[in-house]
Order: sequence, then structure tokens, then C-alpha cells
Amino acid sequence: MAPLLSVRNLSVTFDVAKPGAWPWTPPRKLRAVSEVSFDLKPGECLGIVGESGSGKSTLARAIVGTIPSSDGNIFFEGADLANMDTRERRVHRRDVQMIFQDPLAALNPRMTVGEIIAEPLITHEPNTPRAEVKKRVGELMERVGLLPNLINRYPHEFSGGQCQRIGIARALILKPKLIICDEPVSALDVSVQAQVINLLMELQRDMGLSMIFIAHDLSVVKHISDRTLVLYLGRVMEMAESRKLTTLPEHPYSQALIASVPIPDPVLERARPRPVLEGELPSPLSPPSGCVFRTRCPKAQASCAGTRPMLEDIGDNHFVACPFHAAEQVLAAEA
Amino acid sequence: MSLLEIEDLKVTFTTADGDVNAVNGVSFHVDKGETLAIVGESGSGKSQTAFATMGLLAKNGRATGKARFDGQDLLQMSQREFNAIRSKDIAMIFQDPMTSLNPYLKISDQMAEVLMLHKGIGKSQAVKESAQMLDAVRIPDAAARITMYPHEFSGGMRQRIMIAMSLLCQPRLLIADEPTTALDVTVQAQIMQLLGDIRQDFGTAVILITHDLGVVAGFCDRTLVMYGGQVMEEGTTDDIFATPAHPYTSGLLKAVPRLDRDDGDLLTIAGEPPDMSNLPKGCPFSPRCAVSLDRCRSQRPAMETIGNRRRACHLPASEVA
Repeated sequence: MAPLLSVRNLSVTFDVAKPGAWPWTPPRKLRAVSEVSFDLKPGECLGIVGESGSGKSTLARAIVGTIPSSDGNIFFEGADLANMDTRERRVHRRDVQMIFQDPLAALNPRMTVGEIIAEPLITHEPNTPRAEVKKRVGELMERVGLLPNLINRYPHEFSGGQCQRIGIARALILKPKLIICDEPVSALDVSVQAQVINLLMELQRDMGLSMIFIAHDLSVVKHISDRTLVLYLGRVMEMAESRKLTTLPEHPYSQALIASVPIPDPVLERARPRPVLEGELPSPLSPPSGCVFRTRCPKAQASCAGTRPMLEDIGDNHFVACPFHAAEQVLAAEA
Repeated sequence: MSLLEIEDLKVTFTTADGDVNAVNGVSFHVDKGETLAIVGESGSGKSQTAFATMGLLAKNGRATGKARFDGQDLLQMSQREFNAIRSKDIAMIFQDPMTSLNPYLKISDQMAEVLMLHKGIGKSQAVKESAQMLDAVRIPDAAARITMYPHEFSGGMRQRIMIAMSLLCQPRLLIADEPTTALDVTVQAQIMQLLGDIRQDFGTAVILITHDLGVVAGFCDRTLVMYGGQVMEEGTTDDIFATPAHPYTSGLLKAVPRLDRDDGDLLTIAGEPPDMSNLPKGCPFSPRCAVSLDRCRSQRPAMETIGNRRRACHLPASEVA
């Protein structure tokens, strides 16, 4: 099956002025995303995990087209995003929608729920009759679990979970092909988080949506996505089927990440060896030479500082960027 | 005698829209050197319980009940008496280390202040001791970095500074309010390990306030589950996780996706967190409870104690799935 989305060698660079620098001093380059490649099949859900500063959100925004890429290509249904004219871009914007982390901040406080959900439809299909718009908004509100009689309320009258449902409805009204969820549940309470996760999975299944699900919580990503991509300092460390990645990770970083996730079971959790990863993410302004993870890697060798490891296909749709990769069971198999 | 004994604590905030009862009759105790988890979602009253204990409630808040620390009631203390105890005997660390450090002051000034005030030592000695404490929380090159400002440190480092600052007077009780929520998992693991070491080395009792059940499982001896400003259930962490005896606890445990197993569909708790200015008459959880009885909606369940376990639910413990 032809991929819906193909990302090839994508890099995104920002210009950063040195604090106190003269205005004419050339800015430093901050590479937030470096040489990322992956494919997304129709109907598939790809999870992206990484620590803050790993470039997850930048990658998402580059795919939506709100941040220009500095190198590489993004193909959506075979068409290169960089070569699109205004009209094609408009279509792309319809097909790719985004759901944001802070549900209340993402909604205009001076618009009613109905106006917020209808806005993309009115923008892209201005000739839709009002009655039709209202009908579609009502149907969608019901679909995401909001009572349609709340249509004239304002965002502040809703709880966090309900605001996220409004954000989901707004993203779905144009019947997109791909939705990109940037930390959609991290601001929600545990009990509400499960509701939103179930809703997203249900919608994805029923509407045949493709989804990119970004989160720092590996347990949530594993639960919702078919495949998972692990980012570190803007680079892909490992990509594999989610279940395989969490049970038998190959890259030392994935292994450390999984070992750091606490398991809500006191007996298992206390028995776990905890090889705590030392230090923190280095500054993306001066990433380490060679492998970007080597400064914190427990398996680092002298050669890691020299050449940057390429993403290697080790079969079974599993890709690793580490020459010393070895499958390791980090989590105890359940008794 | 317990180190801290909270008895029937109530916290009420007076607002323009009427009174908000954030905490409604909470009782618990913390023994010497023990770790207690207070688990709950936003609005459960877990943080306000801690703020009331520390005398840090907002101006429109009132606390009633008893909070005995070492036999003295904290709620009856004047600010002057409280200042002698705060940070010396009870210390607190907060969720966001950036907003709890003073951005205008060097780390050395902020830390030395605590020691000069409580121990009455000179500044140079205080800075020296502070640097030793930064070293103890594993901040590399502490002696040089102590003269830096908060913004020059990363989030994880700032939280280490907060922990170091709270430990300067070797308090007997440390209240940690969501100390790792703003941090990445790898840094969270570092901070939790640090807190564990500190507890062993200094014998500090810790109250850990969190919504993360995974963190609780690895760290705490006992767990208190709160909802709508009330205690739903309390017991040893092992018991609470193995045999939850309250529908809310059991629902929470089923709603979290787990990395170590295939969970299938997540079971959800229907509805939304309660509106604290308009709590139901009976059990605060009853509107969302899948197994609630008629009685639950009209009558608040009393706290029952069975062995070292407490629970507030009309349904018999054996019927909670």
C-alpha cells in the first residue's frame, strides 16, 4: 500500500541570536529536527516519543506545514509539501489537522463551541448552507461525547476533558485524512485521560484516520500506536512496532527510557533494577559529535564520537541507529 | 506518637461565588521516617491539605480541625511560631522549581538565608554548608555553580536545588507536592532515586503528593487516596494496589495504560471531576461511580477501619471489583 505520508531526511533549523549579540552578527543555527525519515500508511497510528527538547513538536508542525523545513522532503499522498502552490496547500491543510496539548489555550475564549467547531468548515467550504453547518456540528459534538445543546457555550464553561473533545471535533469537521495529536492527554487527569484515549482510538478505527500521536508518556504511546518512533535531540534513535519496541528495545536510549517509566505495581516496581540515565539532554545548539546520545549512553565506546550511526534496518520493520544495538528485555514478563 | 497527625481537617475558601470547600474532613497520620503518598486528581484537595499543614493557604482560605506536629497544633500557631518550624522541622518542595526559586537572587543567597535564619550562622559558613548540600543532591561542580542564578539551571537541576534547600536544616518531615510532574521520565527517575536516598540517609519522613500511580508504587510505604476533598481509602501501598477496596481506586488503576502488559481497552471512569463549590450531598464520587447505591447519593459514607486499612464506601469491600 502506498504510504499516505512519507518524510525523507527532514531537517528543521531555527536561527537563534546569541544573548547580547549585535543585530548584524550572524545567528547560530539550532537544528531541532535532523534527517528524520519515516512512512505512515493509511489508517496507521505512529507514536513519537522523546524527552522535552527532542524535536517532537517541531516535527509535527513541519508536517502540518506551519514551520518550513530547511532540508529534506515531506510527501503527502505523493505530492511534495515544499512544491505546493497556494491552492494545493489549502487542500493539504484540510487533510492534515492537529490536536494540541493545552485544550483551553487552543480554543478562542471569545467564540462559542459551535463557532469554534464550525470555523474550519466555513473557512474551507464557505458556501455550505447554515443549516448544514449546524447539523454537522451537532452530529460531531454527539460523536465526540458532547451534548449538542451546549453549542452556544464558551470554552471557559467546560472542563479540561470536554475542551479536548471540542478540540477533537474541530479537527474532525473537515474529514481529514491525517490527524496529528501533540500531547493531547498530558494536561488531563488520569480518569479523563482514559476517556480521551479511548475516544481517539475509536474515531481512528471508525473513520479510517491516520494518526501521529506525540507524547512523552511511553505507556500511552504504546497503548494507542501501531508503531513507535523514538527521538533524541532531533534524531531518530529507533523505530519499531510498538509492542516490540517496549518488550525488546534494541537501542540503549530506548532501553533507558523504558527503564525510567514507573509501573503502577508496587511488587514489580520495587524489584526493578534501576539503571538511571545520568545527566540531561545536551543543548541542541551544540549537539555531541558522532552519536548524539553518546554523552549519556551506558554502552558508549570511543568510536561513537567519530561517525554518526545510520538508521539501520534490522528486519521486521525495525530500525535502529546504533552499531552496538542488542535486544534487551527491560520489563519483566508478567507472571 | 506519630510525627504528624491530621484530624478532621477542613479547608474553605471564601470567593465571590460563595464558599468552596476544598478539603472536607480529612484525617491521617505520618510516622517518623515513613513515606505517605497522597493520590488524587486536580481538585481532590491533596495540595490544599499540604498547604494548610504548612500554613501557606491563600488569604481567602481558612483551615479548621487539628494538625499536630510533634504534639503541637500547627493550625493554632501564630506566624512567628510557625516561622520557627517551617523549613527547620517541616519543609516543602513544589511542582514547578522555576516559580518557587527567586529569579533575582543567586542560589547561594537563597540557600544561605535559610541557614542564617534558623541556625544563626554567618554568611560564609552558610554558603559553605549550602554548597555541601548541593553536592549531596549530586549537582556537579557545586562550589562554583552556587553563585549562579536559577535560570542558568535546567528543570531537573532546579528541582535538585529545591530539594537541597529543603534539606538544609535536616527537617523531620518533607512534603513534596508533585515534585516530578514537570520533568522528563529519565530525570524523574533520577529525582525519585535521590529522594529515596535522602530518606534513608537522613531518616526524613516524606509526604508525596502526586497523581502518578507509578511513582507511588515504587516509593511509598502507605497510600491515601483522595477525591472531592475527602479520603476515599488508605492502606499500605501494596494492599491498595493489590486489592483496591474503593471503586474510585479500582477505577483509577484500570484507567492507566501500562507499559508492561497489553491492556486491551482502557476502562474509564465516566464523567468529569467534581465541582468543589457544588459537591453532591452524599459520597463525592457517587455521580461517577459505576456501582453506586441509592444511599451513596444521599448519605456520606463513614470512614471504616479494618486492620491497617481505612475506607469510606457504602459498598462492602468484597464487592469492589
